Amino acid sequence: MSEAVIAVALVWVAASGTAVVLTRDPLHQAFVTGFFGLSLAFLYLSMQAGDVALSQIVVGAIALPLIVLLCLAKVRKDRE
Amino acid sequence: MSRRARLVFFAVAAAALAATLGAGLAGLPSFGRQVSAYARMLNEVAGPQRHVTDVVSAITFDYRGVDTLFEEFILLAAVAGISVLLRPLSDEIRELPEDKAPDRAIPPPSPAVWLLAVLLSSLLALIGLETVTHGVLTPGGGFQAGVILASGIYVIYLGTNYRTVERYQPDALLEASDGIGAAGYVVIGLLGLLAGDAFLTNVVGLGTTGNLIAGGTIALLNLTVGLEVAGGFVILASEFLDQTAVIRARRR
Repeated sequence: MSEAVIAVALVWVAASGTAVVLTRDPLHQAFVTGFFGLSLAFLYLSMQAGDVALSQIVVGAIALPLIVLLCLAKVRKDRE
Repeated sequence: MSRRARLVFFAVAAAALAATLGAGLAGLPSFGRQVSAYARMLNEVAGPQRHVTDVVSAITFDYRGVDTLFEEFILLAAVAGISVLLRPLSDEIRELPEDKAPDRAIPPPSPAVWLLAVLLSSLLALIGLETVTHGVLTPGGGFQAGVILASGIYVIYLGTNYRTVERYQPDALLEASDGIGAAGYVVIGLLGLLAGDAFLTNVVGLGTTGNLIAGGTIALLNLTVGLEVAGGFVILASEFLDQTAVIRARRR
């Protein structure tokens, strides 16, 4: 059972990681990165690393996309 | 360097990297095989020795407490560096965007968004406090709780506007919590020296395993790290938000 969960997590990580690379627009990439972070958190959780999963959620799904989005907004404002 | 020479150089370097990486990966324990001897030992002794149920907390804040001390100061240095880098430069000013159509007011966020922000921000504060106080019992601890607490302020920004966040954000308090949190870690470490033992020795009463107050300095260090990370991440977010909202090039 736990092997099936880990397999799903690994496939999810591989698929969403590839999606991050294949997304060319930075704005869309910020969102896809958030989902990639979530998939990593699920992988850590499936391997019973609850502490690491929590850190991954707060950094990968909250802090990183937010900073990327704000930077993009700043760059666009300066271009106007 | 010609293209050919570069390719040869790359081939040699790539072959060397592949050989060392392959040798290193071949020496890893096979996938899914349980835990090293060190991990097994800590799983055995951490509970009885430190009266905690989350062994990861015991490792990060006690057995390997000095590592976490340095990590905390890395975060402090990063936040200080961001604040210096993102200050208004000599050719920039802080100014809210000029209203080009004063007769058309910007509609406030809809009541649904506002209600969601109120609910979510209080929920985030509650979960943050729960995570930081239960660090010795369940997964989570100061770092995670700090980011959760800090994200409350983003939600308030989403539900209101920049001016409200700017007005109610206690800048002095945030900077103080960042600094006091970082310094507090060192002070708790010094308690060990005062007791005549090594730096960061767990000298505070350990309490009963499974209680909220247990683990001695582990619980206290969780609190100081939570304080530092919460302050640091709000400062970080507000510096980026300032850049986006109010810092602009001076008009010539």
